[in-house]
Amino acid sequence: MLPLMIGAPDMALPRLNNWGFWLLPPAGTILLMPLVLYFFGIGTGGADAGWTLYPPLSAQSGWGIDFAILALHLMGISSVMGSINVVVTILNMRAPGMTMMKLPMFAWGWLMTAFLLIATIPVLAGAITMLLTDRHFDTHFFNAAGGGDPILFQHLFWFFGHPEVYILLLPIWGFIPHILETFARKPMYGYKAQVWSLVCIAALSVIVWAHHFFTAGMPVQALLYFMYSTMSISVPLAVLFFCWIATIWRGSMTFETPMLFALGFIILFGIGGLTGLVLADVAADAQYHHSYFVVAHFHYTLFAGGIMGVMAGVYYWLPKMTGHMFNEKLGKLHFWLTVFSFNLTFMPQFFVGLAGMPRRIPDYALQFTEFNMISTIGAFALGLSQLIFVYNVVTTWRGKGEKATDGVWEGSKGLEWQLSSPPPHHSWDPQPVVK
Amino acid sequence: MSDSHAHGHTAGSYYVPSHSHYPFTLALGLFALALGAIFNMNGKAPGWAMLPGLAAIVYVIFGWFGDVIRESRSGTFKGWEDRAFRLGMLYFIGSEVMFFAAFFGALFYVRNLAVPDLLGFELLYPHYDGSWPLAGKGPSEAIPAFTPMGAWGLPALNTALLLSSGVTVTIAHWALLRDNRRWLVLGLAATVLLGAAFMACQAAEYHHAYTELGLTLGSGVYGATFFMLTGFHGLHVTIGAIMLLVVLLRAMRGHFDSKDHFAFEAAAWYWHFVDVVWLGLFVFVYWL
Repeated sequence: MLPLMIGAPDMALPRLNNWGFWLLPPAGTILLMPLVLYFFGIGTGGADAGWTLYPPLSAQSGWGIDFAILALHLMGISSVMGSINVVVTILNMRAPGMTMMKLPMFAWGWLMTAFLLIATIPVLAGAITMLLTDRHFDTHFFNAAGGGDPILFQHLFWFFGHPEVYILLLPIWGFIPHILETFARKPMYGYKAQVWSLVCIAALSVIVWAHHFFTAGMPVQALLYFMYSTMSISVPLAVLFFCWIATIWRGSMTFETPMLFALGFIILFGIGGLTGLVLADVAADAQYHHSYFVVAHFHYTLFAGGIMGVMAGVYYWLPKMTGHMFNEKLGKLHFWLTVFSFNLTFMPQFFVGLAGMPRRIPDYALQFTEFNMISTIGAFALGLSQLIFVYNVVTTWRGKGEKATDGVWEGSKGLEWQLSSPPPHHSWDPQPVVK
Repeated sequence: MSDSHAHGHTAGSYYVPSHSHYPFTLALGLFALALGAIFNMNGKAPGWAMLPGLAAIVYVIFGWFGDVIRESRSGTFKGWEDRAFRLGMLYFIGSEVMFFAAFFGALFYVRNLAVPDLLGFELLYPHYDGSWPLAGKGPSEAIPAFTPMGAWGLPALNTALLLSSGVTVTIAHWALLRDNRRWLVLGLAATVLLGAAFMACQAAEYHHAYTELGLTLGSGVYGATFFMLTGFHGLHVTIGAIMLLVVLLRAMRGHFDSKDHFAFEAAAWYWHFVDVVWLGLFVFVYWL
């Protein structure tokens, strides 16, 4: 979408793009290989230290961790190369007349995401390299017996891990305003404020990492600093929220599937954001950190904020990508089922979390049974309703549904809607001139 | 594919490079290297298991860069490719800076927080005095005593070598901008030689550490941060020197002029970057 939206023929560095892509299959293969090898009696099975790979467990467990580390290295190279390409494309390939302050919001979101990847992936690479040498080359980075500290890994990991959340969300915050302005038939409200909010969020995201392990042990000064810096993220984020609401305020709204998902995103992601504010409080976090409250918060941000946001984007651009309209009725059904079952799954987890149900533990006390039952039913419904989405995308891709016009949506604006649906290869050649 | 694809073609204002298998082959090479490394580290494969992957990577580096140099020489690149390469190189160096930041961050963290904090565990480590660099007074008996590396012998010489190489590469740049090929080649040759001298000194220093000081990768967190920081820096010096060597050979063949010399500047930027990292190392690893 990026070249289409900034009026470029293609990405700037095609071979680099290609390399970044071809690194992913080997990386995925390496990650999953130990699981398969184990059946043939080779190795000790998959990576068995949780997704965060915390030492000392990850420093001691079997060689699935080595597979994970090398796979992460390859994925890291891929991400950094892809990000360099995104930055170069945006900075160097914009259509004549498209100044930075005329850039589509989606491109701004991508630019910030790419900056964050370039800044944080190498730190993760450093951390897992230290883990690898701790495992095999006798170093003591994370081993207190040699003066190291396992908490050091958590710092390095989350220096990457927290910005990673924004890496996922910034492009979504980029295209949500495009969807809102299209279906509210009103210009985007507060373009500059939104741009600077994205920049602020990207900048703040690299200085707040330690709130992911408030309870692991750190000086009180550090706790206070990370608490205040974390809370300050809510300021630019609130600016975004108010700009989104102001964009649809008194607009001539229609509720096609992308708009439904965008509105659902705003409300549910709002719940995720506000519960995050609760968790940023060190004293409150001490209570909630190891509870299901965090699980619920996480899913309101990354499922409702991340995946539902992505679905809004997919429905928005699917006719442009395939040249055909999707089945609107199925799209709406998918939305309502997703919203209902998502809340059925995760809303109860706030309550069991507050009541003291711990996370990361396979068993729970008997009084939580009913709420867990509700969660389980919701989870299955949520999973099954995604099949509608898969069906809808696949059939649209295969050309079912009426032909899409160039503009697709009545209120659509932006360069990508001036091209045919689907757009031609090397779309903008020659480049359009932006006034 | 028709012949027009063999060397890429221009679509309107936009240069479309030819189809290339190198990105795919490079990914395969890295895959083989990673697998070889995993099996080798776990004692299930000999060291040469990593060689096929390495060979593929070296082959791709020659082929891919060769292609780009040929494209550049044939005049297919216009202004914006040059800008794209420059921006790409800048952001790549930016990511490298962050890689070193992780290791510097680890060093500052252990020196200022982890090592002093361990004093709180008197019962666990009765002889520990919490002083950097933990030589012989480390928390655990499992770490043998060692002598930390001093700053004013070889490391100081290395600082002088790298700083003067920064001057010689600037002389070469100055000459290039004036189309003075003689001084360009001399400046580059001097830079490559100084880089090689640096690496020789570094090798001597490691030998000294392992054989005489008892300082190894296993020497507590001091040994870990010392060797990982200086080791990764040495690796980057090697890469930078190879880049400069290629630029030198190209300059001797008459490539580059005062207007068209991205490869030179990329190598020079990279060289200044390893130079600056070394200053950080000298101050925080050797000196303080």
